[in-house]
Amino acid sequence: MQTRNIPTAELQGIVGEEHVTEASSEDAVDGVEPSLVVEPGTVEETSEVMKLASREGLAVSPRGGGTKMGFGNPPREIDLILSTARMDQIIEHVPGDQIVRVQAGLRLQDLQKNLAETDQMLGVDPPEEGATIGGIVAANSSGPRRLRYGTVRDLIIGIKVVLADGTVAKAGGKVVKNVAGYDLSKLFTGSLGTLGVIAEANFRLHPIRESARTVVVEVDDHEKIADATQALTHYSFSQFVLDALEMRWDGEGGVIAALFEGIEPAVEAQASTAAEVLRSHGEMRVLREDDGHAFWEGFVGRPWETGDMGLKIGAPPADLTAVLGSVLGAAERAGARVSLSGHAGTGVTFAGLSGGEDGLVEIVEEVREIWARRGGSVVVQEAPLTVKEKLDAWGPGGDYLGLTRRVKEKFDPGYTMNPGRFLGGI
Amino acid sequence: MDRGQLIQTMQEILGPEGVIHKREQLRTYECDGLMNYRVIPDLVVLPESAEQVQQIVKTCYDEGIPFVARGSGTGLSGGALPVESGVLIVLTRLRRILEVDIPNGRIVVEPGVINVWVSQEVADEGYYYAPDPASQIVSSIGGNLAENSGGVHCLKYGFTTNHVMGAEVVLPDGSVVHIGGGKAPDAPGYELLGAFVGSEGTLGIATKITLRILRQPEAVRTLLAAFKDTEEAGGAVSGIIGGGIVPAAIEMMDALTIEAVEKQVSPGFPEAGAILIVELDGPEAEVDHQFEHVIKVCEENDASEIRVAEDDEERALFWKGRKAAFGAMGSVSNDYYVQDGVVPRTELGVVLKKIAELSEEYGLRVANVFHAGDGNLHPLVLYDNDTPGEADKAEKLAGEIVFACLEHGGSLTGEHGIGRDKMKYMPQMFTTDDMDVMQLLRCAFDPHRICNPGKIFPTPRLCGERPGPFHMHPVQKAGLAENF
Repeated sequence: MQTRNIPTAELQGIVGEEHVTEASSEDAVDGVEPSLVVEPGTVEETSEVMKLASREGLAVSPRGGGTKMGFGNPPREIDLILSTARMDQIIEHVPGDQIVRVQAGLRLQDLQKNLAETDQMLGVDPPEEGATIGGIVAANSSGPRRLRYGTVRDLIIGIKVVLADGTVAKAGGKVVKNVAGYDLSKLFTGSLGTLGVIAEANFRLHPIRESARTVVVEVDDHEKIADATQALTHYSFSQFVLDALEMRWDGEGGVIAALFEGIEPAVEAQASTAAEVLRSHGEMRVLREDDGHAFWEGFVGRPWETGDMGLKIGAPPADLTAVLGSVLGAAERAGARVSLSGHAGTGVTFAGLSGGEDGLVEIVEEVREIWARRGGSVVVQEAPLTVKEKLDAWGPGGDYLGLTRRVKEKFDPGYTMNPGRFLGGI
Repeated sequence: MDRGQLIQTMQEILGPEGVIHKREQLRTYECDGLMNYRVIPDLVVLPESAEQVQQIVKTCYDEGIPFVARGSGTGLSGGALPVESGVLIVLTRLRRILEVDIPNGRIVVEPGVINVWVSQEVADEGYYYAPDPASQIVSSIGGNLAENSGGVHCLKYGFTTNHVMGAEVVLPDGSVVHIGGGKAPDAPGYELLGAFVGSEGTLGIATKITLRILRQPEAVRTLLAAFKDTEEAGGAVSGIIGGGIVPAAIEMMDALTIEAVEKQVSPGFPEAGAILIVELDGPEAEVDHQFEHVIKVCEENDASEIRVAEDDEERALFWKGRKAAFGAMGSVSNDYYVQDGVVPRTELGVVLKKIAELSEEYGLRVANVFHAGDGNLHPLVLYDNDTPGEADKAEKLAGEIVFACLEHGGSLTGEHGIGRDKMKYMPQMFTTDDMDVMQLLRCAFDPHRICNPGKIFPTPRLCGERPGPFHMHPVQKAGLAENF
């Protein structure tokens, strides 16, 4: 790779000397080490940094909390990490309008803590601790409550971005209902930093509900997980509004957990009906407030450790048994250890796998073939570099790949932003 | 290709029945629901399948002919206004329901399917389709998707964009893509579906649409409360939402609207300065509890009368009055201009006061009917077309109302779209850079700018322009864009 002129002094001139630091091995993205970490403090500084990077042909990787730097394919190159750490403020929170505008570097947990003072919350709950709003939007992270509130795309109402050439643009606004102009907030959701830097985001908020019940069932057969899910989501009298419906399976036994949030009499009534529905599936218990919190704390993490391979499978929710069966079968054939979790109500399943490299690659290929054919997807969210080198993290994509590439080339024609990490080598 | 050849080519694709080319017949399609703009298209085509749509678009692409897609033509911003020397692709014959998939909570439909048919199709199974624009008995799903339609229940359940799971789209070059995953969540790649929904027909034509269907709620409670004025009604709205309740709907009508509605459909509304209709739905235990709170808040805000709908019939009557509001204006004024603007809910009172001042200043009556929960105003500016100059004055007043919305942190449009109507206002809300970046998306989808040109953006950008000898773009030649 040709060595680049890294204009350190000029970058220091933009963001201040103390906010440009030499990168270390900890800043590497899938083994690719950047030269510098730059921390702009404002949108204007971000724009100046990007102009300079474009001019010099430097590759830039935006970073928030750094919790998902292993997502995607290994980058072709990275010169600068653009950290949003200093842009961590709430710009505006209007409780009466149930909206908030924040800077990208704000950590979700700090935002939620602040919003809780007015009994409000942002309805996204991804498990990664320390994740920032910008990173959550860029990676389209979600958690159990997506069953009720949807994902980032359903809650984001406005955005401010800085493109590779330094152009600053906004879309949407701070009102929930708004159809003026193209919805770039959604386009940037899940774009993994390949279209531009997300500088600010606006969201609609929801009230925190006063009471909760969690109904937990332990099952000894993975097919019961799907049976229980269907029984709850299509229960005849629609007495439930589920906030979350999650599952775990560790190879021998599994757990299904249904969360109801709302006012006390309503959650009590729903939980007791749900308990009746689920009783026949296995050992069942109903958890109230504190026990429920403690349960969920231990339940929501991804089913893999550092060094394992982590897969995210998107499939029709009614195909859950087939999804679990496909992974368990492939893992057994490859002699890999497997652990599963998932948002059972929405068709998202996570698989943590460990074992020999070749076996892991085979598992991905086998499961991917099945679910691509049935309209789903299998994305490698985390894997040892040696495994990643033999796979595409995203899979084949669909007939929209050409359009995806045209979008990239309009927003970032020089492939400055996170080159190579996204779908189709974007 | 001259017009005769184009007609022939289209007839080969569609058969003689599928092509309208006689001037008197073309006039039927000269406008959509916004009748102040009229353009007679060169040709109207009526495809019956996605394949025919693809062939039509491919022909247009090869020949550089602009085209516009149209559903039922109920749009209120001129989004389906034809282009001169262009083809209007009418999708009303693509009206099949292709798949009902209850276990996955999905339904797949063609774009010409009428909104209300979707709920009817799955009602017996206990499901429904949530977005319910007032036009739902005539407007099509394809048109709803293009405009990202709202409706009275979107405060709680979201807009069309929150309920479209996937779409088959014919791109402006005639190729076909499937975006959004459909049955499976979180398809890898950019969120192209989210960008496509609400793009007002400028990025392509959806030919198959996968929608989310929801289970009907266990309980629904609806009340109607009468207040002295909109300020007191507004106080009740703040009290309800501030109490942590997300109502399924919360709608307000002012005195003039109530008068018009009474004349037209006689729902028996009480005489009042303002009426609120509040609907709650969900699990019975929750709805019962919250409904009591809503009644209490209305009482605290000095409601002069509170009527609780005793049954589905009475509920339907409340909604009949509300949904008839636009049409009913004809009974109190010869002509009226429908505006659509959004303000943050906390600014409602200030903006309503401003509207009253503007009404006085212009000497024109303004009726207010709106989705109070999400600050989406629909001021109706009443005027008389026979009085010279009054139509212009009404449009100017309507414009000042949306500027007031913007001044208070709102938006140019909550659900009717920018279309042709509000292009000129876009620079009030967005900078040139904002709009140029939005148009990068346009360039990725429609580099030749043949798909519904002349909408949304006041200054169209051409894509991939390179310095060199000047060539006039066909769109520019046709007078559809200038000043590149």
